[in-house]
Amino acid sequence: MLIDTIFFYVFALLTLGGGLLTITRRNAVHSALSLIVSLLGVAGLYLMQQAEFLFAVQIVLYVGGIMVLFLFVIMLVNLDLSAKERQFNGQWMVALVAVAAVGAEISWFLYRGQGAFQLADTAGAPSAAAFAVTTTGNTEILADVLFQEYLLPFEIASILLLVAVVGAVVMAKKRI
Amino acid sequence: MPVNFGATATDLIRFLPEIILTVMGTALMVLDPVLHKRASHAFGHLSIFALLAGIGGAVYAQSNPGTAFGGMLVVDGFATYFRVLVMVVGILTILPSYGFLARQQAETSEYHALLLFSIAGQCMMAAANDLIIVFIGLEISSISSYVLAGYLRDDKRSNEAALKYFLLGSFATAFFLYGVAITYGTVGTVNLTAIRAALSGADAPPVVFITLAAALMFVGLGFKVSAAPFQVWAPDVYQGAPTPVAAFLSAGPKAAAFAVFLRIFLTAFGPIGADWLPLVWMAALLSMTVGNFAALMQTNVKRMLAYSSIAHAGYVLVALTAQSDTGTAAAMFYLAAYAFMNIGAFAVVSHVSGRGERYQNIDDLAGLGRKQPMMAAMLTIFLLSLIGVPLTGGFFGKFYIFKAALESHLVWLAVLGLLNSAVAAYYYLRILVMVYMHEPGEAAGQTEPLTPGFRLALILPALGTLFLGIFPTWVLDCAGKSATLVK
Repeated sequence: MLIDTIFFYVFALLTLGGGLLTITRRNAVHSALSLIVSLLGVAGLYLMQQAEFLFAVQIVLYVGGIMVLFLFVIMLVNLDLSAKERQFNGQWMVALVAVAAVGAEISWFLYRGQGAFQLADTAGAPSAAAFAVTTTGNTEILADVLFQEYLLPFEIASILLLVAVVGAVVMAKKRI
Repeated sequence: MPVNFGATATDLIRFLPEIILTVMGTALMVLDPVLHKRASHAFGHLSIFALLAGIGGAVYAQSNPGTAFGGMLVVDGFATYFRVLVMVVGILTILPSYGFLARQQAETSEYHALLLFSIAGQCMMAAANDLIIVFIGLEISSISSYVLAGYLRDDKRSNEAALKYFLLGSFATAFFLYGVAITYGTVGTVNLTAIRAALSGADAPPVVFITLAAALMFVGLGFKVSAAPFQVWAPDVYQGAPTPVAAFLSAGPKAAAFAVFLRIFLTAFGPIGADWLPLVWMAALLSMTVGNFAALMQTNVKRMLAYSSIAHAGYVLVALTAQSDTGTAAAMFYLAAYAFMNIGAFAVVSHVSGRGERYQNIDDLAGLGRKQPMMAAMLTIFLLSLIGVPLTGGFFGKFYIFKAALESHLVWLAVLGLLNSAVAAYYYLRILVMVYMHEPGEAAGQTEPLTPGFRLALILPALGTLFLGIFPTWVLDCAGKSATLVK
């Protein structure tokens, strides 16, 4: 288990270090590149939790697709101007309070342990047995749920995306 | 493991209206390059055809009612009633859109496609039996509506309308989603029937969480139906949006949101009815009062109709407060009557306001009775129905709602509602006085030729309003039979 622990700390370090760099770099491109490192760290953590599907999605979608979009946007905005501005704004008090609140929340759950998540074990919520490790990979389980039980929401979500795309184009066209 | 892709032929038939509308909406955009140059009216014709086919599909699906996709959808009388209602609203929106879009030189396939998608989303909401479907349907309907509200992009007010609607709408959706998440966390399911079973079972989960979830969903849906205190967006959006779109927003999404409202609160949260009752009670009273008193002070007709629509949302909430089958049936009847009279009133405003929507003030209606007697007569029918004068749909709508309230011993709410209707009579009658007893102004003089489509857009709602006023039993029976199925 030692090797697991080492990997965990490496990935955690990547995640946190990347995150810190993302918010401290002045140059937006550097920030974006640091974010990639952070996201890769998260992907590694997913893999350690045996969530292969999330791992793959994290790499393909976030590290691949969404970051490319980010870089495109950064290319289109005026970088010189924003590099000169102050990096930290006047809302830091609010941010501090929010961070403290979330920190307290997380500490509470860590302190309570697994029991904190047993809100409604009586009312047909997935019991511990449902989370037991099965021989089927979680990608297959996910596919079963997505394409059988939740087939309809999955399909109509595509209509939602279509509507959003058409709407964006209508709003952005030069003339109607 | 046998391969089983969930969807059977029965499932698909029960989903038929949505399939038809989505396919036609996509087809419209594909046909755009072919049709645009030659016949821009074709988009409207095709959309109306799609909606008629959709109504046919909904009625056909009703011949074999039941659940579909593992209980995600349910086709019952209630669902079919609202599906048909929103599709009729769609047709009544497209009819005045022909002339309107031609006047603004803004005929595109996207307008009609978005309208069809929006209606498809509303059909999903009407038939949803699962909070996930409710959410996705709500978003499909809302996002199309945001874009339609800002459709005239060169118009500053249209932009403002779209932006406000979008920001506040997203905010409200987040509230709704938060409620869904808490429901799932507490009960372990998002299926409405299963939630009801879990809540009425012996080991029901803590009522605190589920009431919190109900309250959050109430905020989200309260926004969508423009009930006070979540109504602030409505006047600006209705004023800025293109008039046919404003008519659509005040009838279609509202009816679908109320359908969801009734289904969630009476089916899923029915067992904890006593806990959410005060919430709806207060919102109903507040909506009626705020809507009616604010409408008294308006000079812009579209703005006034927006405030009146807030007040009408309050009346429907009274029906929800009754928590009975009579109340549900009354709400269903009212929403149908309201759709006809409000779309009609907006259609008249759309015609009178002229190119670029210049004439929107109440003063601009002066002397309409002398210059355009037909138009004035139609407006009179719609306004009298909005007041709730006998022989119009509005009268029986209000009558059934207050009857349901009295049957549920909500005497004070009924009394305050009736007093509110009296206040409302003032601002509707003020328009009629302006139409018939004042000298014609500049706006009444400009007579644009009435297209056949627009004639229909006036006559159909007027016939609908009168039909519901003279033969209310037919629709009421229909609603009454379906209302019992909601649970």
